[in-house]
Amino acid sequence: MTDAIVEYRGISKYFAGIRALENVDFACKSGTVHAILGENGAGKSTLIKIMSGVFQPDSGEMLLGGKPVSFATPQAANEAGIVCMFQELSLVPDLSVADNISISSPPRRFGLIDRRAQVRRAEELLARVRCEDVDPNAMVRELSLSRRQMVEIAKALGKAPKVLILDEATSALTARDVRTVYDLLAELKDSGVASLFISHRMHEVEALCDTLSVFRNGQHIETFAKGAKSEREIVQLMIGRDVEAQFPPKPKPVAPEELGDPLLKVRGLSWQNRLNGIELTVHRGEIVGLGGLDGQGQKELLLALFGVLRDVEGEVVIGGRKGIPSSPAAAKTAATKVALVPEDRKTEGLMLGMPIADNLLASSFQRISRGPFIDPALSRQAIEDGISRLQIKAGSASDPVMTLSGGNQQKVVIAKWLMIDPDIILLTDPTRGIDVGTKQEIYRLMRDLANQGKAILFYSSDYAELIGCCDRVSVLYSGRIVAEKQGDDITEESLVAASLNIDVEAA
Amino acid sequence: MRQGRLTRWFFQNVGLASALLLFAVLFFSYNMMHPRGFSAAVAVQNANETAAIAFLAMAQTLPVLLGGLDLSVGAVMTLTNCIASELVNGSPAQILLGVVATLLSGAAFGLMNGLIVVYGRIQPIIATLATGAIAIGLALLVRPKPGGAVDGDLGWALTNSVWDFADTYGIAGGGDAWWIRPFADIPVPVIIVLLVTILVWVPFRRSVTGRTVYAIGSAEGAAFMSGLPIDRAKIAAFTLGGFFAACGGLYLAIQTSSGNADIQQAGAYTLNSIAAVVLGGTSLLGGVGSAVGSLIGAGILRVISFYFRILDIDPLLQPLIEGVVLLVAVSFGAIRTLRVKNKLDLFR
Repeated sequence: MTDAIVEYRGISKYFAGIRALENVDFACKSGTVHAILGENGAGKSTLIKIMSGVFQPDSGEMLLGGKPVSFATPQAANEAGIVCMFQELSLVPDLSVADNISISSPPRRFGLIDRRAQVRRAEELLARVRCEDVDPNAMVRELSLSRRQMVEIAKALGKAPKVLILDEATSALTARDVRTVYDLLAELKDSGVASLFISHRMHEVEALCDTLSVFRNGQHIETFAKGAKSEREIVQLMIGRDVEAQFPPKPKPVAPEELGDPLLKVRGLSWQNRLNGIELTVHRGEIVGLGGLDGQGQKELLLALFGVLRDVEGEVVIGGRKGIPSSPAAAKTAATKVALVPEDRKTEGLMLGMPIADNLLASSFQRISRGPFIDPALSRQAIEDGISRLQIKAGSASDPVMTLSGGNQQKVVIAKWLMIDPDIILLTDPTRGIDVGTKQEIYRLMRDLANQGKAILFYSSDYAELIGCCDRVSVLYSGRIVAEKQGDDITEESLVAASLNIDVEAA
Repeated sequence: MRQGRLTRWFFQNVGLASALLLFAVLFFSYNMMHPRGFSAAVAVQNANETAAIAFLAMAQTLPVLLGGLDLSVGAVMTLTNCIASELVNGSPAQILLGVVATLLSGAAFGLMNGLIVVYGRIQPIIATLATGAIAIGLALLVRPKPGGAVDGDLGWALTNSVWDFADTYGIAGGGDAWWIRPFADIPVPVIIVLLVTILVWVPFRRSVTGRTVYAIGSAEGAAFMSGLPIDRAKIAAFTLGGFFAACGGLYLAIQTSSGNADIQQAGAYTLNSIAAVVLGGTSLLGGVGSAVGSLIGAGILRVISFYFRILDIDPLLQPLIEGVVLLVAVSFGAIRTLRVKNKLDLFR
């Protein structure tokens, strides 16, 4: 592959010893639209972040136009003609659209930014992406998510890229904008630009790309031309054949009519275009999984049930009582108590600098207090119970919680919430970034809690976990539940297909 | 979707616009109530008392735009005040040299703050708490006792009206030339502050470095991902802050024709500079606001205190009333939090 514009030779990247990319050989050619496919955590983001100068590879080399290159910063990559549109937008909210489009190299007059020229330039670029309705003088903060994404595209175009990377660039776009992006990519292809396209929407990949590469577990599995494989084969390539971890045995499925009244019932739950009419029930003793690709509304659903979001529409019945908790404080003190293990344990789950003991007690001070004061004996007892119940490996309960390993930190978060003896437990990807041994302990704990009559709603980005742990799995796609699988129907294939919102049987 | 330019400006600068309105109302009614309101004498006196805090508010604006705070601005003002009291006298050339040296020393101090924050990776608030104490220490070395000599003509010319300025230096027909008449009653400090704003702040605001300062305060991650010069912008912001603080110190020296390493005054000016920045519509979270707003904020702060001279209020009540007015004024900024849909965003 000598005509490749970008080529990877044996590139590896590790984060704290965990493999993100291993010995990857990869090439993409000028004048193509190249799709990168893979599950969550397959290494797609690391691949493009190395290309665009955000990360440096630990080993291996990258060639641009046949010459070895290495980029220390995104700026260096931009100058070499590699422009990336990141999934997390790189726009500055408090600057105007025109400022953002020309942010790193604005037109200048007498050394100062020429605002008029900048606005003209923004108008031209916005016209190219058919967004004449966006005012270049508007603040980015005022724009909707889909407009921001189009501004991001205009900004990338303005850098006259040789290689354009679109990471989930169409995730928030309207149908009309997607059409515009299609045309634009075709135009760029004709002018010799290489586009790398990361998308979870199979039909987009089918429509746009001429080459497809599949990644799995940090490795490049295969690259092939469009049409060489069926959707079903592609899905199988993405899943691979890795054996899943050990899961505790599931109880026999119970017929729906024997379950009785659900402890949690959700009807038509909607919020800010991120949740679009969620329908869900969870009974006592059940573990219900939430599947789907990242960012389809799973986290928002759990936050809504925990009283974090404002202006949530729809009906929620918790333990026979109507209404969404008004705040986390209300959620944990209601008659039917709700607990949430949040997405980011370092900021939302723990007070990292504070002792393990204080973190364990943070949600249950009223249980260990006499009057306004914390009772030392009761709190010592509670801390000991928490540590032994989850077998937290800590030198002393007075050590800061940040001295613990990731797995033990997560155990502290879970132990904190178990102390209030919740009825409904909401888990947001609780095993992310922790070791296999602790993962298995958490799986067993979840099953034990379910057997004790708790209702568990469990979001995981790892399909194997959903299959191994859950009695039922609901798959979300753009804020809606598109599939519900039960018992033996919960297979990796069915979950991946549902996540991509495609029908494998038909393919 | 396009709005008129004025309405757009208003909605994008609600903080600044409401500060301007508040200032206009306060200033107008103050002059209405004052027995000699709307006279050149009152204007000159007010302008003299506002110039130093106006410069300090501008100095504070830059670190606040980055999302930090600079606790050394008052101390840098005091240090440069003492330096100016040593250097700004003698022949015209010596005076000019003294002025330049004073401003450069403030900028150098700001540069040091910036280097410490960027390369020492220390939070601005604590770094400047320490360097502020150093600045006071240096000021005490320069001027252990209050005093010094600043050129008298300069002092007179810069603290009065434009007519007096022209008269002192015998330019424009001693202030009677036809073209200077329309400006004759404008206080010189107002002109100085406006000149510094137009010649220093406006170009900075329109440079890549200046815009990077806003980008950092608004979303540092996005600024990095967009390939902006983050370290350079932070250092430049603190350096410029030091320069503005030196303008304040220099003016104070000219106004009082002396230097004074007054620790309490330094602390009070620092705290007032923060209040002025917030009153002027700049967000303490960074990324939103401008030095022009801070000038207006400084004006509001001063006008409030002027009221105590003309109203029959017990002076003992002054701090209490000032505190209440400040609290009411800044609480308008909290209205935004009512619109947040994800309560977690309130803590980010």
